[in-house]
Parts: sequence; C-alpha cells; structure tokens
Amino acid sequence: MTINPASLPQSQLVAGMKCRVCGKQWPVSTTNFCEDDFGPLEVDYHYDKIKPLVSRQLFESRPNNMWRWKEFLPLNGEPTVGLHVGGTPLVRATRLGKAIGIDNLWIKNDAVNYPTLSFKDRVVAVALSKAMEFGLKTVGCASTGNLANSVAANAASVGLKSYILVPSDLERAKILGTTIYGANVIAVRGTYDEVNRLCTQIAFHHGWGFVNINLRPFYAEGSKTMGYEIAQQLGWRTPKNVVSPMAGGALIGKICKGFNELANAGLIEIPNTSYFGAQASGCNPISGSVKENRERHKPVRKPDTICKSLAIGDPADGYFAAKLIRESGGWAEDVPDTEIRECMALLAGTEGIFAETAGGVTVAVARKLVLQGKIKKNEETVLCITGNGLKTQDAVAEILPAPALINPQLQEFQALLTDGAPPVRQTEPALA
Amino acid sequence: MAILVHIPPPLRPYAEGTDKISLAPAEAATISQALKALVAKHPGLNDRMYTNGQLRPFVNVYLNNEDVRFLDGEFNAPLKDGDDVAIIPAVGGG
Repeated sequence: MTINPASLPQSQLVAGMKCRVCGKQWPVSTTNFCEDDFGPLEVDYHYDKIKPLVSRQLFESRPNNMWRWKEFLPLNGEPTVGLHVGGTPLVRATRLGKAIGIDNLWIKNDAVNYPTLSFKDRVVAVALSKAMEFGLKTVGCASTGNLANSVAANAASVGLKSYILVPSDLERAKILGTTIYGANVIAVRGTYDEVNRLCTQIAFHHGWGFVNINLRPFYAEGSKTMGYEIAQQLGWRTPKNVVSPMAGGALIGKICKGFNELANAGLIEIPNTSYFGAQASGCNPISGSVKENRERHKPVRKPDTICKSLAIGDPADGYFAAKLIRESGGWAEDVPDTEIRECMALLAGTEGIFAETAGGVTVAVARKLVLQGKIKKNEETVLCITGNGLKTQDAVAEILPAPALINPQLQEFQALLTDGAPPVRQTEPALA
Repeated sequence: MAILVHIPPPLRPYAEGTDKISLAPAEAATISQALKALVAKHPGLNDRMYTNGQLRPFVNVYLNNEDVRFLDGEFNAPLKDGDDVAIIPAVGGG
C-alpha cells in the first residue's frame, strides 16, 4: 500500500515552529517567518518525547545515511526524497594538518555526498520530503549552484516540477549539472541576493515550495545531520573546533544545534566546541561583522570572488552565525582568491580530496586562524568540506600545469625525468 | 503617476487586504516618509514593521528593485513620481 505523505498526521515529536527573534510559537506550515516581527522561524521539537526513544545503539543499527537521525528531523512519516543522502566520511587529515599546523585535524567530506556531491543534498532531502507532505507539486530555489544541482536532481527522482533561479554568471558546470535533470533553469541578470528577492516574490505569487525560502525552516534542519555524523564518527563526542564555510550562514549554527541535541538526549557530553566561520574576502559580510564587532552584518552589494557558492552578500543567518561564533569563543576570517586556489590544490595534494572553491576557503581560513593563534596546534579541529571540485574546475585551471606531451616512446618519457621537468606536480607541502 | 508602495501577502491582513497603496510625491518625499505614510493609512502595520520607532531588522525594503541599504542616503533617499517601493521579509538564503 502506498501512503500519501500529505495525509499523515503531524509528528508527535514536532512541537511546532518558533520565531528565532521573539520566541512565539506558530503552527507547522509553509510560512517561514513570524508574522509579528518577520523573524525567521525554526522547527521546535518535544525533546522530552524524543529522549526516551533514542540511543547510540539505535542510531548505529540503522543504515549509514542521514535518516538514521530521523527522530531529530521534522517529517511526519518516513522520508520520500533523498533516501541515500549523508553518511559521508570523516577523514583523518594528518598530511594537511602538518601543512597548516594542526596536529589533530579531521575533514568532514561532504564533497562526496549523494547524489549531487555537496552538503546541500542533506537540506534538500528534508525540504522536498516536507514538500511532499504539504502536497506541493512545484518546487524551486534561488541558488549559487550546489543547491540548484541538488533540488533539480532530487525533484526529478520523485517527479516534482522544479524552477531553479541562478545568477547568470554561475559556473557552466553548475548550470549543466542542473539542466540535465530536466529542471526549468532561469539565469537571472543579477547577484544571488537579487535572485533570492525575486524568488521570495515568486513564492508569494504562486504558492510554490522554494526550499531556501518558504521551506527554509525544514531545509535548514537537514544540516544538523552533518553535526550528528561528526559526533558519532569521533566516537560520540564533539571536537574542540569546527571550521565551516559561510554563505547564508545556516550550516555553522545547525552543526551546533546538532551537537546540542545529542547532548540534551544524553548521547554525548555537553559540547565545549568553538565555531569558526570562513568566507572569501570578495564577499565577507559575516566575517566582517565578527572582526569589526558589529551586531548586524553590512550587506555586500556586488560580491567579487571566484568562490561563487559563498557569494551571498546579504546572508539570511548572518546575525545568528556571528552571534554563535562570538559566544562560542570562535572567530571568523576571510581570504583572497589567490589563497582559495592555492588551498584547493593543497587539500587535493595532501589528502586526495578535490573540493570546490568553498573548500579552498575553509582550508585557507583554518591556516590563517592557526597563524593568528586563534586555533591552537594541539586542538582537535574538524574542517567542513561542503562541495566537490569537479564543479568548479575553471577556478584552478590557470594555476595547474598542463600535462607534458610526448610520443609513445620510452626515451621521450625518460627525457622528461632527466630534463628536470617532472610531469607530476610537486605536492609535498612546505612546512611552516 | 504616483509612488506605489507594495505590501507583501503576510502584511495584507493588517492593511485591509490591500496589496499596494498609491502615494502622491508630496506625502512621500523620501522612502522613510513613504513607509510612515503607509503606516498612517494602515495603523495595524505599525507593530508589524517597527519596534521602538525603528524598522524591524528582518524587514527589507526595496526601491525599484534595489535594496534600500545600498542607496545613497538609505531610507532618506528621495522618491520621485513613478517609483516603486516594496517591503519583503528578509528570510531566505543559500
């Protein structure tokens, strides 16, 4: 028998929606903000009901994907979209650690998330499963690329119609990687923030489910699973530091929420984690507000960076991300494009992980924070790598050598070795 | 011609269901004045949009599709006949 998700009663574990500004409770719906003050809404749970249901053994007995944590996710029934998302590796990064000066370094590698190679598959799996429960037929998003790929792929897998709006200067690979799924892709002449504003107006006008707008409270919950996985993979504990890239600024807060929920359920000790945020210098509203000790970020009108996935000038969660960073004893930094490229190659050359530009940002910022003394050499640190380098190959094309070209003759190969021009790039990191 | 102020669906219940109001340039010389004139016509909007006399932080305002925070003078930027002012909740993101 097929269960229609739209006919399910509301989960007994979900208390409702709560305004992040005034705390007022609202019923679960496709409205993403408090009608009293426009504050963003967040899903609230009956943690007292969840706690007796969950245990380390229960979670470990389930398949290794994000749905093993389903008691902490806001669905009424079983997921219907993105059943295989999550469960990505936590990699011990000894060689990268040596290069940037951290003895105890890990990489949470969502560059290999299923199906579209970024952490966005986590948020989309929740948002679209929820869209099915709301009975929506058309979904969409404003996107800097990774979200576009993920909404298009996951919508296609269940036959939802999708409208994906992107800035027109987006990388070709990210546009092709959206169109292939049959999505309606619209390139908008403007910045991400202008695309996002247009999508808000479209969502109001048509009543469609825009995953990062009116489905945002559910969408954002998907990011928590990255936190649960990190804690479990470390042996049911949390690291001293987490370094996360920031675009809209939601991920860093949701990793924290994930850790806190596990602690509240008695599954781990109370976390003592500091949160560090990473941005590109060409679009640094959140790191700017942390460094200049401003409560509200100053929006960036025209982001200018090769890191298009983080090019959000007016981040929705900017205020909350900066607050968390300050209150947890963390910090935020930003780095120029030259360092982003260099650190994409450093990560690939030391750990065999080809991350997109945002990964270069995260590694370069971690290195900078070590040099500043904000992250100590001996502190256990997890870097969140959120997207795959195959999507942003153009960013590094100009710094990589072209392959040596020879005829199929042994002597020509031997000549390459003796000419001192090895065809393989030197990858051993220089020690600081 | 006139200056149009667009009201988003969630605020319309506090504005008798109206989706926009039309203002004469004389009563809305700046964006700030246009918003004040809107609230004067529909007082129910006041508590939704303002707290302690300040615009709430998650209320974004656009002049002809440009975020007011990027304009010279911001909320004191002058308005002219034919301008469109839109109020949009600031909650969405990548």
